[in-house]
Amino acid sequence: METGRGEEMMKGEKSFGILITFSVMFLFWILLSCIFDAFHLLLGVVCSAIVALASHDLLVRGRRPKILLKSFRLLLYIPWEFWQIVLANLDVAYRVLHPKMPIDPRVIEFETTLRSDFALVTLANSITLTPGTITILVEPERGKFWVHAIAKQPADSLLVDQTMQRKVADVFMEEKHGATLTEKTEDKNGRLG
Amino acid sequence: MEEVEDERIGKNPPWSSDHLRRMAKMISMFLATGLLITIAITLSLYRVVVGPGVFNRTAAVNVIGTKTIVLLVVMGYYFERPYFFDIALLYALINFVGTLVFAKYLEKGELWS
Amino acid sequence: MVLVDAITIAFLGAGLFFLFVGSVGLLRFPDFYTRLHATGKCDTLGAGLIILGLIVHHFFYYPGTILITVKLLFLILFIFIANPTATHAIMRVAYKTGVLPWKLGEGRK
Repeated sequence: METGRGEEMMKGEKSFGILITFSVMFLFWILLSCIFDAFHLLLGVVCSAIVALASHDLLVRGRRPKILLKSFRLLLYIPWEFWQIVLANLDVAYRVLHPKMPIDPRVIEFETTLRSDFALVTLANSITLTPGTITILVEPERGKFWVHAIAKQPADSLLVDQTMQRKVADVFMEEKHGATLTEKTEDKNGRLG
Repeated sequence: MEEVEDERIGKNPPWSSDHLRRMAKMISMFLATGLLITIAITLSLYRVVVGPGVFNRTAAVNVIGTKTIVLLVVMGYYFERPYFFDIALLYALINFVGTLVFAKYLEKGELWS
Repeated sequence: MVLVDAITIAFLGAGLFFLFVGSVGLLRFPDFYTRLHATGKCDTLGAGLIILGLIVHHFFYYPGTILITVKLLFLILFIFIANPTATHAIMRVAYKTGVLPWKLGEGRK
């Protein structure tokens, strides 16, 4: 699958990518096998080198500025997300076990100002793990998200409050000046544009 | 043919018999957990058989895969063999990649374009 | 030692409860998208809680093998990243192919 980004990677970025991929793969090898004699370590070096040469551009795409600060902020964001995961599951358990099953599903759509791959993936994962919403489609050019919400209240917490977008934008330090709130009306077949 | 004494988790530690008795009680608890997980898998099997259309069936197979990973880890503790955890890690990867590949096939009608 | 047993049984019980809620949701909900809501969230947390209980059990009953704890922590991390992604992938394909969402007041699909 070609993304058509057209980024030419320079020699320096390529070897940086290979080095990072090789170190991560070799670290996993040592951690998972925990055998420290020469034969197995040599085997690990060979396998990690082959994998790193073949697929280094999947893991690292050039150098990004301030990556350490972003990782640190990501670590701070994770406890809030765990709390949301617990809340989400209690919410789903309430809806499943209630004899009347109070659901009212709808599809909503909104735009954000996040553009980098990692930020979009983090937001999509967080939306899937929070109460009542699952990401359906992501459009990376304009940062648009289509989200399926299971009732009115989770949909509002994503459209009106925008807590999650603000938190993810804080982690990745991308400017957030007001996402457009569009709850598109659906055409006669129930599909959005 | 002599039995090969394979690696158990933590062999010959200096424990009291009280500790061992408590450990045996906990291990029988894992058998009950495994049986309950199997019942949950059987419940999901209904959706694989009935579910109208291919999407319901794919989602249910993904669910059965996730429960199988948990079952593998619990059985690894019940039988006291540490290699089940590696198998569980591998099966998590297989389940994930299988669902993604199937979704791509359903979208495009072919895998390689 | 009783504390460790109690914590393990608490985690296993909570994990089993969420796994069952996920399966019952798969049976009970009226539409494909809502069923994925139930399983995508509950299955992930249930599996995570059960494996966490087993990590606590392992940490205190088998001292000296830290590597297995690290392996199981990797397994939990992988499940938390992979399960929502697979849910999103199958939901995206269903939406693009034209499966219609359910509205309040329709029959079961």
